Amino acid sequence: MSATAPATRVTSWWRGFEDRFDLVSPRWNPLRHLGAIAFLLFWVLVATGVYLYAVIDTSVTGAYSSIERLSREQWWFGGLLRSVHRYAADWFAVVAVIHLVREWALGRFRAYATSSWLTGVVLLPLLAVSAIGGFWLNWDQLGQYSASASAEWLDWWPLFGAPLTRNVLAATAISDRLFSLFVFVHIGVPLLMLFGLWFHLRRLAYAAVWPPRPLRRVLLGGLLMMALAAPIQSHAPANLAQVPAVLAYDWILLFVHPLVAATSATTVWLGVLAMLALLLLLPLWPMRARPAVAEVHARHCSGCRRCVADCPYDAITMVPHPERRGFALAEVDADACASCGLCVGACPSSTPFRSMARLVTGIDLPQQPIDDLRQALRSRLVTMPGRQRIVVFGCAQGVAMRDLDGDDVATFDLTCIGQLPPSFVEYALRDGASAVLVVACRESACVFRLGQRWTHERLAGTRAPVLRATVDPTRWGMVACGVQDGSILRAALAALRHRLERTGSAP
Amino acid sequence: MTIHPLRWLSQAVLYVAFAAAIALFSQWPPHRPLAADQALLKVSFLHHGQRLQDCVEQSPEELAKLPPNMRAPTRCPRERAPVTIEVDLDGRPLFRDTAAPAGLSRDGAASVYRSMPVAAGTHRVQVRLRDTARTQGFDYSHDERVVFAPLQVRVVDFSAEQGGITLK
Repeated sequence: MSATAPATRVTSWWRGFEDRFDLVSPRWNPLRHLGAIAFLLFWVLVATGVYLYAVIDTSVTGAYSSIERLSREQWWFGGLLRSVHRYAADWFAVVAVIHLVREWALGRFRAYATSSWLTGVVLLPLLAVSAIGGFWLNWDQLGQYSASASAEWLDWWPLFGAPLTRNVLAATAISDRLFSLFVFVHIGVPLLMLFGLWFHLRRLAYAAVWPPRPLRRVLLGGLLMMALAAPIQSHAPANLAQVPAVLAYDWILLFVHPLVAATSATTVWLGVLAMLALLLLLPLWPMRARPAVAEVHARHCSGCRRCVADCPYDAITMVPHPERRGFALAEVDADACASCGLCVGACPSSTPFRSMARLVTGIDLPQQPIDDLRQALRSRLVTMPGRQRIVVFGCAQGVAMRDLDGDDVATFDLTCIGQLPPSFVEYALRDGASAVLVVACRESACVFRLGQRWTHERLAGTRAPVLRATVDPTRWGMVACGVQDGSILRAALAALRHRLERTGSAP
Repeated sequence: MTIHPLRWLSQAVLYVAFAAAIALFSQWPPHRPLAADQALLKVSFLHHGQRLQDCVEQSPEELAKLPPNMRAPTRCPRERAPVTIEVDLDGRPLFRDTAAPAGLSRDGAASVYRSMPVAAGTHRVQVRLRDTARTQGFDYSHDERVVFAPLQVRVVDFSAEQGGITLK
């Protein structure tokens, strides 16, 4: 049974690509936690930046010497922090770009994800401005080159009464006032980014703002190791009467200056504007018909708030019930709803044991009502000729299961495995199934973010609604599969069959 | 579940490769903004051209037509002339530009910025600047033999206080 759209080719490819990096476990795979890694790096930059700002002299004459002193006399702390600060900025830029590509590949740039996408795109230029501005504060030859090149590039816009380049034309033009502007760029813009990050995460429930502990340790340890192995050193002090001969160049953060020199300011500005316009307009890209959003059935909603708690996109709120005084009713924000069905799996009214002929739950997906799943399950169990009758619940976004369908295996694709109310496992077993296998995506790999996690917790009995503890644990299992993990799925099925043979469990 | 040591090793290799790539491109390859045998000549000024029209005395009849608070004895049109600059290097034209005055009323300063690489060595630099409404000839000129050391930056500027065109 399948009533849901499968993942697009790009999404499937990306998920398969990402799966390959689960070498140890998804918790060690950075591709699974790019947003959280970027967030951690932001705070590393803030923490190291606060210390550096406190100890360096932010004046034309004092900046260079104070940073040099810090790097030489206090290399074991201040110098180390300086290098960590720079490498964290490099990592931040790279991780942010990969994060953007990943979200695009997973289709999270329109519909319910529009707000997060747009705010994320706006954060990119802020990141670039803040990063480039950091080089100016250390008034060495690299800072001088970047400041001059930035001024030349910015002067393309006819916005400034006096050309910015005149501020970096000669040593006499450089003033402490100009340095205050540099400080503002490097501190004020990250403050703007902080506001932007708040907007960026606003529509995400349970946003992962810290990577898993193993990855956190690797990341912080890696930054320290890099700072120790290749400490960042200043160039010679800035001298505006001289063009720097050779620069140990940061191509990750400062690639724009050589690009402007190799082409023209106009070409690069047009490229930047075109890229930004493309990214900002991407949510308008035509898509296959957007699936219908979750629908609340007022007479069956008890106001328990479990759908509110489980929605990954904060798309559900509670409003006063129109018919039952003192009761609350779930309300779905259509713009924010991802049509993932996690709310259906969370709703206690979704239990198939209810005696009504047509199962109507409190909140449901119109394109794949929970009653269809119960009907399909019943009819398959009645008609399956096999000696063993194994029911497999899986996810339309995950590993393909159709090939398994046969005399003794019935597969059911849900929009997301989180759509499955856990009571369906018990229901299937009572209705004639020999065993039930629940196929979830790998940890942190759910297209809808939380489907795998909620399903795992519901079946383990730690999150309501739970699978009752009285259900025979030898007759059901859960397996985590990547999109190309057909062999793992078949092995799990074989293990379940073997267990049934061994225990002699039969319907 | 036991994880094969090879998987741990592969994971570690990937981490190290990523960190090494970042460390590498954070400082390498070196960037040479200018060839070692070249210098840079920058032409930059921020200068108000002369007013296009002189101030004129207003007749009593003209003053009478104006509101009492606006009866200034002289009227000075604000619009200024564009500023034209020409730079020759060793007798050959290197740079020509005419900068319009800024502002909606064309009464602001005209500005020019251009950075040009020149071969290191001794060169004759001739600069001419016009900031009046005249169409022929120039109001200021500068002619100097200049030694450009490799990677040296020389700036052509204009400063009325310093007598006009400067080359530093």
